[in-house]
Amino acid sequence: MTIQETKDQVIQEFSQFTDWEDKYRHLIQMGKALPVFPSGFQTDDYKVNGCQSQVWLKADLDGNRVVFLADSDAFIVKGLVALLLRIYSGQTPADILAFPPDFLKEIGLDQHLSQNRTNGLAAMVKKIKTYAIGYQMVLQRSGKG
Amino acid sequence: MNTGLAPAVFSVDQIRKDFPLLAGEINGKPLVYLDNAATAQKPESVIRRMDRYYRQENANVHRGIHTLSQNATTAYESTRSQVREFLNAREEEELIFTSGTTEGINLVAATFARQMLKPGDEILISAMEHHSNIVPWQMALEEKGGRLRVIPMNDRGELILEGLDQLLTGKTRLVAVSHMSNTLGTINPVKEIIRQAHDRGIPVLVDAAQSVPHLPVDVQELDCDFLVFSGHKVFGPTGIGILYGKKELLDSLPPYHGGGDMIKTVTFEKTTYNDLPFRLEAGTPNIAAGIGLGEAIAYLNRLDRAAALKHEQELLAEATEKMTEIPGLRLIGTAAHKGSVISFVMASAHPADIGMILDQEGIAVRTGHHCTQPVMKQFNIPATARASFAFYNTTEEVDRLVRALRKINDLFG
Repeated sequence: MTIQETKDQVIQEFSQFTDWEDKYRHLIQMGKALPVFPSGFQTDDYKVNGCQSQVWLKADLDGNRVVFLADSDAFIVKGLVALLLRIYSGQTPADILAFPPDFLKEIGLDQHLSQNRTNGLAAMVKKIKTYAIGYQMVLQRSGKG
Repeated sequence: MNTGLAPAVFSVDQIRKDFPLLAGEINGKPLVYLDNAATAQKPESVIRRMDRYYRQENANVHRGIHTLSQNATTAYESTRSQVREFLNAREEEELIFTSGTTEGINLVAATFARQMLKPGDEILISAMEHHSNIVPWQMALEEKGGRLRVIPMNDRGELILEGLDQLLTGKTRLVAVSHMSNTLGTINPVKEIIRQAHDRGIPVLVDAAQSVPHLPVDVQELDCDFLVFSGHKVFGPTGIGILYGKKELLDSLPPYHGGGDMIKTVTFEKTTYNDLPFRLEAGTPNIAAGIGLGEAIAYLNRLDRAAALKHEQELLAEATEKMTEIPGLRLIGTAAHKGSVISFVMASAHPADIGMILDQEGIAVRTGHHCTQPVMKQFNIPATARASFAFYNTTEEVDRLVRALRKINDLFG
């Protein structure tokens, strides 16, 4: 699925919720459904700064695509990371870098993108993009980019 | 028309009308503002007073010969006189305007502590201090080769004073302790700590940022040597605070910031310094905030403060009782003597989750370490959620908080 198709699917999925409770319930479930994050990587190296709760984000290259793993000790934040991963994980660095997180606004979760040091969603997006830049350079050097 | 004047009889419904922001909505729900320990809302009278200052009275204070400047000086300086009365200080010269509690502590650390600390000296604080009552001392001690000592606390969040006499040593140069904990709500027996410190000739600074909004604070009765608080937590504006210091101590301090207002004469060879309080107040002050603080104190003086405190204690008791019944909820800070602050954690959700859900419900609380990381470490938790009450909060708001917390168990459980 392309990044755009995933985005459309996510927006469609969230449009069924009429009140915030159902939306948050869904978000919490998305967090709980994230693949287990290897506990050995719950270190400062993988920590996303700027979050009130702890968030870890790890990225690996699979072919020419970046695959992310993430975790958080807070459920809503973990749901927000899961949402980001659904959009960005498994995409090429170029697609990741070209795609802004404006879908959050369309599903009414953009208040979490504020610069306030509460949940660090903005910091997560930045870290995802930083990984993408890094792997883009790796791919270019190996002639696959 | 609402004048922002508190009524003679304590009525929460009437008082709420004095605070325009409290009538607002957040996320489509009537706001429940329970973040008063971070900053308090402002009464109409304070907002109007500052508005009037900028519209009709704005001029720089001190040394102005024109009428506007003299009026601005009178208004600004009258706050000093109100604060003197509010804290029962002996003289107006004992009150220094700062930008807030943090600057007050930094001023004492930069002048008093640095002047007197020698290698091996100690400053004694408590285990529940805010970072702003830890870091300035650490900076001074690091520079001078001294060390910080800490009065421990028990798992209810009460200071353990049995060993205080061993902590007050011949090397202790200052005790700096909070009157009321911003995280735990504990009201500390500062008078007793001051008495014991004074028995050994050690001066004491009281961080009264959390206590002044709730409790009567009398610096002569406490006999503290320094006391600091912030305007914005006592229903006044941000950017203004007070450092109280006994006159003989303030007189002995070297200047803090150099600049205008703090000098007598300046030549390129030698500057002589102004008298107190101006010697410690360099530069154009936050005049509007200073005037606003005076209006906030006037508001508190019109209030039946004993009734306000009683009301806050009733809210605290009711919230404590109802929150204790919520499965998986654990209170952090259960001291026998507490102000209206409740920190808690829940088994079902992280404090960040709690804060986000409460926000959806229109309820403002603070979550995180509350600038007290050592307290978090002692309780072995990363963070807490904290509800803090002011006299304008209601029992209905306590009920909304409790209902929302039960909903959290349902959402995350």
